[in-house]
Amino acid sequence: MEQTHTDHFVELRDLTFGYGERVILDGVNLTVPRGKVTALMGASGGGKTTVLRLIGGQYRAQRGQVLFDGADVGAMDQAALYAARRRMGMLFQFGALFTDLSVFDNVAFPLREHTELPEALIRDIVLMKLNAVGLRGARDLMPAQVSGGMARRVALARAIALDPDLVMYDEPFAGLDPISLGTAASLIRQLNDAMGLTSIVVSHDLEETFRIADKVIVLANGKIAAQGTPQEVRHSTDPLVHQFVHALADGPVQFHYPGASVEQDFGAGLGARR
Amino acid sequence: MSWYHPSDVGFATRTKLADLGHGARLFVRLLALFGAAFRRFGLVRDQVHFLGNYSLAIITVSGLFVGFVLGLQGYYTLQRYGSSEALGLLVALSLVRELGPVVTALLFAGRAGTSLTAEIGLMKAGEQLSAMEMMAVDPVRRILAPRFWAGVITMPLLAAVFSAVGVIGGWAVGVVMIGIDPGAFWSQMQGGVDVWRDVGNGVVKSVVFGFTVTFIALLQGFEAQPTPEGVSRATTRTVVVASLSVLGLDFILTAMMFSI
Repeated sequence: MEQTHTDHFVELRDLTFGYGERVILDGVNLTVPRGKVTALMGASGGGKTTVLRLIGGQYRAQRGQVLFDGADVGAMDQAALYAARRRMGMLFQFGALFTDLSVFDNVAFPLREHTELPEALIRDIVLMKLNAVGLRGARDLMPAQVSGGMARRVALARAIALDPDLVMYDEPFAGLDPISLGTAASLIRQLNDAMGLTSIVVSHDLEETFRIADKVIVLANGKIAAQGTPQEVRHSTDPLVHQFVHALADGPVQFHYPGASVEQDFGAGLGARR
Repeated sequence: MSWYHPSDVGFATRTKLADLGHGARLFVRLLALFGAAFRRFGLVRDQVHFLGNYSLAIITVSGLFVGFVLGLQGYYTLQRYGSSEALGLLVALSLVRELGPVVTALLFAGRAGTSLTAEIGLMKAGEQLSAMEMMAVDPVRRILAPRFWAGVITMPLLAAVFSAVGVIGGWAVGVVMIGIDPGAFWSQMQGGVDVWRDVGNGVVKSVVFGFTVTFIALLQGFEAQPTPEGVSRATTRTVVVASLSVLGLDFILTAMMFSI
């Protein structure tokens, strides 16, 4: 397989994906630069999480290519896909911790599954990873005993347990209090720089995301509405991006759910009453 | 009264066929993972412990009461023909050939099957299975296969416990309460129950039920809609589908083995 060492660690080429009639992504082209934090933004249901699932090979695109470090994810067989996934870490929206395992065992899980390391070494690695997310002291707790923010940090420790090259974060800030939110954002940036990772952050939290991202991609209606540095996106003149970045209630994305017009609903009624 | 458009019928048929296909593929994969499951025997052993232990109480209590009832009903019938000392044989044959495997399978579906379905369904709803896939760990191999083989091992063991406790229940009613001669009770049983024809018959049944019930429970959990309603519906379906399959298969197996 051709291994081109480019600056793009992940690349989507002319990618189309949908469920049945419903098109989620329509001819999307995007690149994720190596070693940087790339933010994927857009309204809910806009296909951001779908992009992560496509990169991880959990969904297959109907058309186009997903290149992970130069290799086409869509064309991989199970063995190649699993080999590629060992170089990826994914943080799910609510952590997706294994509820029957303790915090320690959750982080140790990928190590025990994929390596033959002795238990003493696994212990050291797990405690190092937990230390990196500030939860070394929480090792014996069960997932039900930790808060939402902590669960996500445990999941992050688990995602980086095998020292991946790429970490994907699915809405890492959703439902966090301001302190946890700031912590989570700084952690993503620090881990990216300290471990030499490439990070993709799916989020719609504008402030924190713009603060930590090197590149911002805005998805809307299955297409790329804008991509560039946070500054460029902030000053984009595209009406849709403008609405999103400035959090306006009405614009190209309408406040009202499509339906009969005001005149039809109220005007005709007046006529009938007479 | 509503009419279905032919295309609705076609769609429903196709969906059902696709579901059957998914189920069949999963079943074959689980069978093929026999070796992989037993190479990591710790995982299977933990599940045998879990499934067996949690079902043991309900199996023992039910077995005892079924034995009591068999003792009473059997005596009522047999004493009409003046052959009440054959009670031991009647109780043992009923349990070993029929009630042991079947009632155990029904109880197992209700107790262990539902908990398997709920566990797998909740793991799916909580994206735990997805997370596992993204860690390059195959959930069918790591989660489903050990549970499947553990269920297959556990079912005959539980059926044996059920039958043994049932015999004790029949003895308690027949010998202790009614006063049948204990020598006749036990010797009739000993002389009349054949290891291969009768006990073997029951073992074959309970192994088949082990495959059936555990597979249905796992499939329902694995294919459940990943929502709270989806998981609760899947749990209900496990009981309904597994119970009907057990009763249907029981008839087929009995008919097949009757002539042997």
